[in-house]
Amino acid sequence: MELVKNVVCPFCGTLCDDIICKVENDEIVGTINACRIGHSKFVHAEGAMRWKKPQIRDENGELVETTYDDAIEKAAQVLAASKRPLMYGWSCTECEAQAVGVDLAEQTKAIVDNTASVCHGPSVLALQDVGYPICTFGEVKNRADVVVYWGCNPMHAHPRHLSRHVFARGFFRERGRSDRTLIVVDPRESDSSKLADIHLQVGYNQDYELLDAMRAAMMGHEILYDEVAGIPREEIMEAVEALKNAQFGILFFGMGITHSRGKHRNIDTAIMMVQDLNNFAKFTLIPMRGHYNVTGFNQVATWESGYPYCIDFATGIPRYNPGETGANDVLQNKETDAMMVIASDPGAHFPQKSLRRMAEIPVIAIEPHRTPTTELADIILPPAIVGMETDGTAYRMEGVPIRMRKVVDSDLLSDREILQRLLKRVMEIKTASK
Amino acid sequence: MITLKPKEQPEVPLEVENVTPDAFAGKTVDEIKALPIWHGNGTVPLSDFFEVEGEAGATAAETQIIIDGDVPQTKRIGSGMTAGEITVKGNVSMYVGVGMKGGKITVEGNAKSWAGQDMSGGELTIMGNTGDYVGSSYRGDWRGMSGGLITVYGDAGNEAAEYMNGGKIVIKGDVSIMPGIHMNNGLLIIEGNVIARTGGEMAGGTIVVKGVIDEFLAGFKYHGVEKDIEVDGETIPGAFYKFTGDYAIKGANGTVYAAVAGNSHIAP
Repeated sequence: MELVKNVVCPFCGTLCDDIICKVENDEIVGTINACRIGHSKFVHAEGAMRWKKPQIRDENGELVETTYDDAIEKAAQVLAASKRPLMYGWSCTECEAQAVGVDLAEQTKAIVDNTASVCHGPSVLALQDVGYPICTFGEVKNRADVVVYWGCNPMHAHPRHLSRHVFARGFFRERGRSDRTLIVVDPRESDSSKLADIHLQVGYNQDYELLDAMRAAMMGHEILYDEVAGIPREEIMEAVEALKNAQFGILFFGMGITHSRGKHRNIDTAIMMVQDLNNFAKFTLIPMRGHYNVTGFNQVATWESGYPYCIDFATGIPRYNPGETGANDVLQNKETDAMMVIASDPGAHFPQKSLRRMAEIPVIAIEPHRTPTTELADIILPPAIVGMETDGTAYRMEGVPIRMRKVVDSDLLSDREILQRLLKRVMEIKTASK
Repeated sequence: MITLKPKEQPEVPLEVENVTPDAFAGKTVDEIKALPIWHGNGTVPLSDFFEVEGEAGATAAETQIIIDGDVPQTKRIGSGMTAGEITVKGNVSMYVGVGMKGGKITVEGNAKSWAGQDMSGGELTIMGNTGDYVGSSYRGDWRGMSGGLITVYGDAGNEAAEYMNGGKIVIKGDVSIMPGIHMNNGLLIIEGNVIARTGGEMAGGTIVVKGVIDEFLAGFKYHGVEKDIEVDGETIPGAFYKFTGDYAIKGANGTVYAAVAGNSHIAP
């Protein structure tokens, strides 16, 4: 058995870069340091089925094994003929593939969107409105003495987040956890809130109300009501004091606030609170991004088109409007007439109404495993998995690029190669039809 | 007057930035028929989806357009128009009257989201309901609607008058959450009910709610009851609770009036 060290985990946005993989016969059989979720990604969870060959669905609805050439040809025909193609996913692949993807979207005049639109899209919208006072994990570990987790449960979703950044000892926080105040804002008791010094049990869907009261209090105004969002005025004042007295504060926020009532406006006011806090303390924030390279797509799309997600190339000029050009919007409004899914599983996570449209239109899936999405797909192109079978760049949740390693070999094409071949073929079809 | 009779509306939507009195003025029917409109990622002539009849005026102000039927898959009707009149006898899709500078649009049905986005003048009337972001700003812009009048006879969705900078919006029905969010100036009158977050983070301007506000924000200050309030040069009869704020932001100077009837729960 061979041990491969310093492997980067291709699961969540924490991008732990200290994983050791146990390799036997060119297969990963075990891991050291990885959390349970990361471990199961490396060793393939029991019952998971890999596609070993491209598949095309025949007229009886059965999947038939085929070659990359045939599958790419058919996929190119679908994309070239579509009036409003949608390319969705991108969050579990590397930046170079994403760059080819944005090019493909531009050439096919498609809508390109990533999983942020059902995840931290509201955070992106808010930071466009009001800015983004961010820092890196290194600063959190070495400096932070007040750590806030708002609307997230890292013990379950990002299992090593707390151990790497809160419990860990840092340069100015020699005692680790006991040098830090941990505040969790969550309507429920969770395994993360159990560890907190202050747990603000905010009412469901009332994050904005609580933030509004906290911000007014911070500016020296009286809070209008005795109780806001289910929390008494005194308790809010206590939390505000803790935040104001921080030497270095950090706000981590997750789905619980980005997708509760008000969405991007919750983040907008949370970011503004962090900006206001800098009148009293050093304070920063980091969104708790889910997929390991969801941040990467936003970076790549922004440098390629000027917009981070929900980009509509229909008129040849990139346009952007979540709510109109988001994947769920164009599926539910039946605007799109062909869809390419890559490196994500909307079949498992999208609302029924979106899936109904996906069932009506041709779907191309670039996907290594059998998933609910591939059940809806007409063409399946299996890629090698980034971070295990091929290398590439990914962005950690706070925007630090990290090179993903290749651990074992695979005879499958990478996402990047599949997209390059698809792009080449689409260009040939488009040129021929002119 | 030009009449556009819609043929069957496609699933992939149309974008008709060219359907304005400005684009039609001085053109013959054949020229109008040939005007390009977007269908998905390509353009087609207007006549592919509309039958065109009538005669355009010499100038935009003398041109009247009637869309004689439902166009639920047609976006950007009256985009950036400066004068003249458009009447739609049915429902429309998103962005009706986007960037409108003058003239008049009447929708005799429902309009989807972003009606009157970035409007700076003119009059937009929606007889039915409208979606989210009526009279809003462009995504990411902090300067929204700056002038003109929007009247919605039905209900509106979230974030009506987002970043509003001037002009007037009247919503006769109910609204969902966050009317007047980040509002800087102008007047928003809601005759129906509001669910929550009226005037969130507003820096200026006035919001009048004649119906019931379910939940109100704690960042405002309460100033008691005022009778027959005067806003924007007109007197609105009735008794109103007066709040100023939203003091969550620096230098806030917005005003929210909420009818006394039905709103005693939000007065502290």
